[in-house]
Amino acid sequence: MTKASIEARGDLRLTRLTKSYGDFTAVDDLSLTIPKGSFFALLGPSGCGKTTTLRMIAGLEEPTAGSIYLGETDITTTKPYQRPINTVFQNYALFPHLTIFENIAFGLRRRGKSDVKEAVEKVLNLVELPHLAQRKPTQLSGGQQQRIALARAIVNRPALLLLDEPLGALDLKLRRQMQIELKWIQKEVGLTFVHVTHDQEEAMTMADTIAVMNEGQIEQMGSPADLYDNPETAYVANFLGQSNLIKGTISGNDGDSQIVDLFGQKISLPKSRSHAVDNSTYAGIRPEKFRISLLETPVKGNVLTGGRIEDVSYIGVSTQYQVEMPWGQELMVFEQNDDGVAPFKKGDAVNISWEPAFTFGLRGDEDATAGSEVAPEVLDEE
Amino acid sequence: MSQKIQQAPIPTIPLGARIQRWVGRNLIKIYAFIAFTYLFIPVAYTFAFSFNDSGKSNLIWKGFTLDNWRNPCGAPEVCNALGNSIKIGLIATIFSTILGTMIAFAIGRHKFKGRSTSNLLIFLPMATPEIVLGASLLSLFLVLEINPGFWPTVIAHIVFCISFVVVTVKARIASLDPKLEQAAMDLYANEFQTFRRVTLPLVAPGIAGAALLAFSLSFDDFIITNFNSGTLTTFPKFIYISAARGIPAQANVIGSAMFFLALTLVIVGQLANRRRVR
Repeated sequence: MTKASIEARGDLRLTRLTKSYGDFTAVDDLSLTIPKGSFFALLGPSGCGKTTTLRMIAGLEEPTAGSIYLGETDITTTKPYQRPINTVFQNYALFPHLTIFENIAFGLRRRGKSDVKEAVEKVLNLVELPHLAQRKPTQLSGGQQQRIALARAIVNRPALLLLDEPLGALDLKLRRQMQIELKWIQKEVGLTFVHVTHDQEEAMTMADTIAVMNEGQIEQMGSPADLYDNPETAYVANFLGQSNLIKGTISGNDGDSQIVDLFGQKISLPKSRSHAVDNSTYAGIRPEKFRISLLETPVKGNVLTGGRIEDVSYIGVSTQYQVEMPWGQELMVFEQNDDGVAPFKKGDAVNISWEPAFTFGLRGDEDATAGSEVAPEVLDEE
Repeated sequence: MSQKIQQAPIPTIPLGARIQRWVGRNLIKIYAFIAFTYLFIPVAYTFAFSFNDSGKSNLIWKGFTLDNWRNPCGAPEVCNALGNSIKIGLIATIFSTILGTMIAFAIGRHKFKGRSTSNLLIFLPMATPEIVLGASLLSLFLVLEINPGFWPTVIAHIVFCISFVVVTVKARIASLDPKLEQAAMDLYANEFQTFRRVTLPLVAPGIAGAALLAFSLSFDDFIITNFNSGTLTTFPKFIYISAARGIPAQANVIGSAMFFLALTLVIVGQLANRRRVR
């Protein structure tokens, strides 16, 4: 069993995984398959259960119910050291009493590997820090420690590498740089990465597949583009970027599209992107998909008329408008500043238009603000 | 242009204010000097009188000599007492450090029924007045028909040293990031390897500190020892007894030597620590 589990390779499968602490259910009946070789992100706010899920995969928490398979091997109850899985911890957890070299060699030595020196030097070159081998962790900067933590994990060539908010302690600029490096290293070494983060931009930058978690369950899973362009719930629509959600009623069909009545104005919405279960729906449009035009300008596609510019903020690459609609809702519009002028002023009467294909439809009984008020900056989940 | 500007004469500060300012600036230094003088005068006295050509009584300065340092065992019984103290100290240190460290890990790392009670009980020997502890232990030994002497003294010392070891080691364990042990387990170290390679090396400074503390507490103890040692003489007991008829200068020699040994250990430790950090 022990030998078999440490040699296990393949897709990671979680089946009906549950973790409860007394009355509180941190992870609720979670089933998930992470294909071998992918860069997978578990995205969600603090307390959504993503770190608990990761710790169960690592073997540091025992599931209350459900099982974890790696390939065909059931690893649910095996000890952390019997799993071919390594973790990059949130605050790196480098051993302060060991040199960088010994930190990285730790896993190799425990498994009695030969040519430790060669393997450590190779991975130190990969993270571009070969000159630090004899230092102690406290003598390194945050970014360097981060890379060493990564090196210490990947040197073992695990079937699965878990990253628990690995960039959370770095400043913004370094974080962006490390995101690109991590993605590159993942391609280079070809391991399966499971990345836990609360930062939607980070998840979108790096992952092939993102699972958005909320209250112990997976809200939606898909490629970054899928999640962004076609969110299935208000929570996903609001947590990944910003969305305008307008209450409406499905009033008819037109080929592959639904006709939706938004406060008396009709728009069309592709059926493939509608997730409504009855006639009531929310039409969702991303702020950058909107176009603003003056009332007399002819426009194509979906049009909502009767808007009035409430607020204009110039933010360099784009200008952000708040447009008040006749039914009192303020819509957010991002216009690219590609023509160099901000042509609309506060108080202008305008139409808002967009390509029908950019519309997505949500269930009408949802809370339109779900996911928008969570503070993703709050880091520590314990 | 600047030459034309008349420079206003620098107003002279009155002497009183200047003194006040000087005192204000140097008050901490003055205070520190007084405090250290207060602390070190007894040490300096002991050291100085270790060179006294005293004869029987070492109360009056009679002249400088190195004889006491050349022959520290010159006074009757002094080295015998010292030897007893060191023997008791070492045995008590070894046992109390091992037992105390184990208790500290149990309380600091594991949840079990009666943990908070044990945690409280550990403090009791520290909080009990020594005279009570010493007398109780003596009556316990007598009830068990064990005669006071070397081993009862050792047992008594282990009793009170354990508390200090537990407290010291527990503090170190509490400051240990559990993520480090998890990281070790994650990196294929089983429970024993994790303890041996990560936990123990990280807690070791705390254990070493606890052992030094235990030794100095044991070496230093008079009250509990006096109850339980019977006819056995330890160093503190020797000094107490000989105080009546004059402490021999050799006691000053041993006292000073102990002081400088401890001081050297601290300095070496600090230097080693500084190098390790760098």
